[in-house]
Amino acid sequence: MRKSGIAALAIVAIAFAGSAEAGDGKVKIGILHDASGPYSQNQGPGDVVSVKLALEDFGKQVLGKDIEVVFADHQNKTDVGTLVARKWYDVENVDAIIGLGNSAVALAVQQLTKEKNKIDIPVAASASSLTGKQCSTNGFHWVHDTYNVAASTARALTKSGNDTWFFVTVDYAFGHALEADAKKVVEQSGGKVVGRVQHPIFTPDLSSFLLQAKSSGAKVIGLANAGIDTVNSLKQAREFGIGRDGKQRLASLLFLITDVHGAGLEVAQGLTVTLPFYWDQNDETRAFAKRWSAEMKRQPTMYHAGTYSAVTHYLKAVKAANTDDTDAVIKKMRELPINDFMTKNGRIREDGHVMRDMYVFEVKKPSESKGEWDLLKQVAVISAQDAAVPVAESECPLLKK
Amino acid sequence: MTVAPAANFASRVRKSEADEQLHLRLIAAFTLLLVAAPFFVYPVFVMKFLCFALFALAFNLLLGFGGLLSFGHAAFFGSASYISAHAAKVWGLTPELAIIAGSATASVLGLIFGWLAIRRQGIYFAMITLALAQMIYFFALQARFTGGEDGIQAVPRGNLFGLIDIGSDFATYWLVLAIFLGGLVLIHRVIYSPFGQVLKAIRENEPRAISLGYNTDRYKLLVFVLSATISGVAGAAKAIVFQIASLTDVHWSMSGEVVLMTLVGGLGTVFGPIVGALVVVLMQSYLAHFGAWIVVIQGTIFVVVVMLFREGIVGVLARLARRTL
Repeated sequence: MRKSGIAALAIVAIAFAGSAEAGDGKVKIGILHDASGPYSQNQGPGDVVSVKLALEDFGKQVLGKDIEVVFADHQNKTDVGTLVARKWYDVENVDAIIGLGNSAVALAVQQLTKEKNKIDIPVAASASSLTGKQCSTNGFHWVHDTYNVAASTARALTKSGNDTWFFVTVDYAFGHALEADAKKVVEQSGGKVVGRVQHPIFTPDLSSFLLQAKSSGAKVIGLANAGIDTVNSLKQAREFGIGRDGKQRLASLLFLITDVHGAGLEVAQGLTVTLPFYWDQNDETRAFAKRWSAEMKRQPTMYHAGTYSAVTHYLKAVKAANTDDTDAVIKKMRELPINDFMTKNGRIREDGHVMRDMYVFEVKKPSESKGEWDLLKQVAVISAQDAAVPVAESECPLLKK
Repeated sequence: MTVAPAANFASRVRKSEADEQLHLRLIAAFTLLLVAAPFFVYPVFVMKFLCFALFALAFNLLLGFGGLLSFGHAAFFGSASYISAHAAKVWGLTPELAIIAGSATASVLGLIFGWLAIRRQGIYFAMITLALAQMIYFFALQARFTGGEDGIQAVPRGNLFGLIDIGSDFATYWLVLAIFLGGLVLIHRVIYSPFGQVLKAIRENEPRAISLGYNTDRYKLLVFVLSATISGVAGAAKAIVFQIASLTDVHWSMSGEVVLMTLVGGLGTVFGPIVGALVVVLMQSYLAHFGAWIVVIQGTIFVVVVMLFREGIVGVLARLARRTL
């Protein structure tokens, strides 16, 4: 952040960019996220607060020098994201990039990071290929991937007797992956998938798909979609009384706390979701949430918590290694257990996946809620082992030794 | 286009020739600047600028000189980017062949889009191109080889002509520079060719051009395909530079961005799109630190340009210098 806005408009600004900052042993972290687009609620300014809190707790210095953090908005454009990342690595001596909330940007930066031998920690991206086919020795997928959440929801529900499933799937690679992961777990847990239907992305009218799901008689309607599609599914399901008759229930395979908040309890009640973090889980999470919401006036999401967690663990590893040399830090990151308010004895698997427990929640009824952000009640815990892609099924070459 | 007396016509021809000379000199100066640029400026940034400048130049050829507002140019840019990424990664083609494959795809698409769209004018033309481009977007979202929202990642830069390693940013820069200059000179040549003159005539008054015996549809289709192909070259080169092709490239907002570049720089000027691309790329890259403000700043600049100087930056300069730029 060494340029003013005025300079940005002048061609002169480019000339400054060419000058490299010399000197190693100085830790510089880049936070690359969506600060203005559709995902900025889950990243953006909230990340800045998370980093601030992490530095407050860790201390502002490491290796005897001030820790420097730079932020940039990738605007959900892969070219902007990779250009910023390249410049950070090549010119500004950034040691690690954290955030990366957009799977295309995350995958591109992970590739680049490996090439430049630096460290990337995707926090707010959910593509399971980050630790699957495109896994990297230098990349650590921090909070969750699509497999974690889809498989956890599927396992918890099927085990509790909700053993027939119908999927409403958004018709592109993301939805197909969610459905396939959930389906596998449902079948392994002794359940049965009775049918599926696919809808195009951003469909305003989902009624025919939902009615098919209703008439299938399946105990669970699994929504393998995201964002606005999931919210629309819920709203329309409510209009048809789906999931309110005690025979059928709705489960979202990827849902964020901000989506529940946005849709409202009236619409979302009874929905089953999986999250790695919810602000109101225990005293430690509440303590973090209190400090965080003092600045943001709302509650932190799992990605905000994850940014704190990732920054902290990276800094602990630098301290333990006593250098910011990439290989030494990676070794320490893998050695040290991850412990913070959201992670209990987490560890990094060979494929870069952070092994952490997942929590299955049910959305509260409006009558149960005591406040604007009092939205979920915990119904099950899925152990890290059960929540992660099994080693045997992983496509990551690093796991096949 | 009133019928001019012979003397007036001759002086116009002389002025046009003088302008062309000035342009060639400007291109030469610009080339020198670009040759020096990577030694002072981060080369990947300049490459991004060059790819978008070429894209904007291609778009301006269609809108500024053909008078056709396409709102679907992302389809050509993006599909070329996907095909060249796929060609380089899966088929293992060398970068120049990958770029040719991508551009060829864009020109075939351009032929199909153009053939359908030039039958209508104005807003209908824009809407048809937008609709067709959205089809390409959904194809890219769903097709297997495009990787959905992950895009095609880790595209190898490979060896140029199978011989020269362009793995380093520096080496890639010369390739991109050559492509850009080739495109710029080609577009400049087209604008000052008899074909370009007829295009301008059609832009000003199509019925009159028809009455003079020109088959205007054929001219419009040709310029459409040409613009699509050059957009494709830009998109394909971008995929090789950034080693990635993603939905960003085919999304309608990319079509909007190229309109923005052209308008900010100067519609219907020769060099305007280059300046416009520089402004937009600078904003995207250097305002990335400002978070949510970037959209506001972009919007403000756009409003200021439209309200205060509609001819765009280069348009204003040209008016002050009383030359065509």
